[in-house]
Amino acid sequence: MTATIPAPDVSVLTDPGTEGPPVTALSAVRAFAWRSLLKLRHTPEQAADAILIPFIFTVLFTYIFGGALSGSPESYLQYLLPGTLVMAILLMTVYGGLSLNTDVSRGVLERFRSLPVWQAAHVVGTLLGDVGRYVVAAALVVVLGLLLGWRPEGGPSGVVVGIGLALVFAYALSWVWATVGLLARSPQAVSMLSFLIQFPLTFVSNAFVDPGTMPGWLQGWVAVNPVSLLVTAERGLFAGTADLGDVAWVLGASAAVVAVFVPLTLHLYRRRSS
Amino acid sequence: MDDHPSAPAVETVALLKTFGATRAVDGLDLVVPRGGVYGLLGPNGAGKTTTVRLLASLLRPDGGHARVLGHDVVADAAAVRRDIALTGQFASVDTDLTGAENLVLQARLLGHSRRSARARADELLNAFGLGDAAGRLVGTYSGGMQRRLDVAASLVRTPRLLFLDEPTTGLDPRSRRQVWDVVRELVDRGSTVLLTTQYLDEADQLADLIGVVARGRMVATGSPDTLKRSIGGDVLEVRLTDPADAVRAAQALAGFVDAADPSLSPRVEDGSTVLSVPLTRPVRQILDVLDRADVEPAGFDVRRPSLDEVFLALTDEGVSA
Repeated sequence: MTATIPAPDVSVLTDPGTEGPPVTALSAVRAFAWRSLLKLRHTPEQAADAILIPFIFTVLFTYIFGGALSGSPESYLQYLLPGTLVMAILLMTVYGGLSLNTDVSRGVLERFRSLPVWQAAHVVGTLLGDVGRYVVAAALVVVLGLLLGWRPEGGPSGVVVGIGLALVFAYALSWVWATVGLLARSPQAVSMLSFLIQFPLTFVSNAFVDPGTMPGWLQGWVAVNPVSLLVTAERGLFAGTADLGDVAWVLGASAAVVAVFVPLTLHLYRRRSS
Repeated sequence: MDDHPSAPAVETVALLKTFGATRAVDGLDLVVPRGGVYGLLGPNGAGKTTTVRLLASLLRPDGGHARVLGHDVVADAAAVRRDIALTGQFASVDTDLTGAENLVLQARLLGHSRRSARARADELLNAFGLGDAAGRLVGTYSGGMQRRLDVAASLVRTPRLLFLDEPTTGLDPRSRRQVWDVVRELVDRGSTVLLTTQYLDEADQLADLIGVVARGRMVATGSPDTLKRSIGGDVLEVRLTDPADAVRAAQALAGFVDAADPSLSPRVEDGSTVLSVPLTRPVRQILDVLDRADVEPAGFDVRRPSLDEVFLALTDEGVSA
């Protein structure tokens, strides 16, 4: 630190705009979402590992397993890409929980909680801002896929709607990590847990291979795994053969997650202090 | 608007907060009048931080009542949050954002428009000597800079009551003095500051009133001077160059001043012996007694107990009770 810190200019102590109307819940949510996006901009490297994994999977799986599984890398890519797209987005969902956990450990949460704003805005806004991350991840995988030869029959509208559905599911899932973030002792614990859960969840699904050759007990799980439901719906939307039932399952699963984890997270938030 | 202008800044009655079997705050009665600095002093684990959290509506009390500026901290938490600001024990700033962004966010959450939020942030950054670092990520700031940013964040909107929980822990002397200046100025402008600290000189310098807490209870309150007087009166320190004089002086004086220690607690300092004579008699009479005993002192000093002694005496009592 430099030795020339000027004495504070105390005239600033009185804020002229002190007694304004209270901030609306919407403005508070927007302010926190802005904060979340700023973090993405300042430290994009934080998200680099999470985006690299689906990238590597897309390239490696296409060229290594593609021929064996589907006859040619190109035809396997049509099957694989919705899977890696979902994986890329889901791996990003942990950031909201990480961010909350850091806020707890640094005492930032207490500062926000002592403000005269809607208490839940911090969580709601942080998670909404993180949707920006999911969009970036989705866009990167789509571009990579197109470069490698992925040709979605559903056209741009199918791709956009497909990504939109994945975003809805990811937002719902991010509330699970928010709960974990408020319970865990450290950001490392949150990351660790997220990998431990997300990898099996993604692999034991139909994301990479047709589950038809898996043992029966595993197929039972794959069939109800929400990741499978999402990947199936994505394949339909990207191919232009969307099944409304598949889409409805995903929306239903999202709603169920939200119904459980939103109240749980907010309850923990109000009790949590560093 | 101030809904209850005549209510004290803080008023708690038998405030209770338990964590499992620990009674962190155990029937605390605290009254902080409006205006001025109130220093909450106590050893680690005395319940100072828990008290601040309860008053800032971050924790729910398990018993008793607390009002902040006339508002109940449980029933009317929203009104409490409108009037307070909190600077916690650790610099609670966002290390992944720049200094300016931290303050803009705070200002936006307090109702500033985008433009006025930016203006307010610049104003505060410059005032706290952070103007040059405004665009840098806070993660690259030194501890002192982070703490100054933290205090600045609490002043984005002038609070009626500012809680400062050990605000200068880990600060270099210069930054520390700067925080003190801000506190004094804020009080001059009519705010109330509730300060917790382990630094007794900080309380002595800043506080108009002090509450000493031990084991979640208030063990003493008063102005720094009252507290110092409360644990024993002033002492006349008599400096003697000849150790033989010291023995004679002690014999002559001990009975005269009713000293608890007949040897008058001699200690050696820079080659001379210093006797501590309780000032239960006028200084002139004490000197007369010395004169009659044929003792020629090399120097005198009247000493009032330091706040450290008050603190140790009170909190030891509190802990053993």
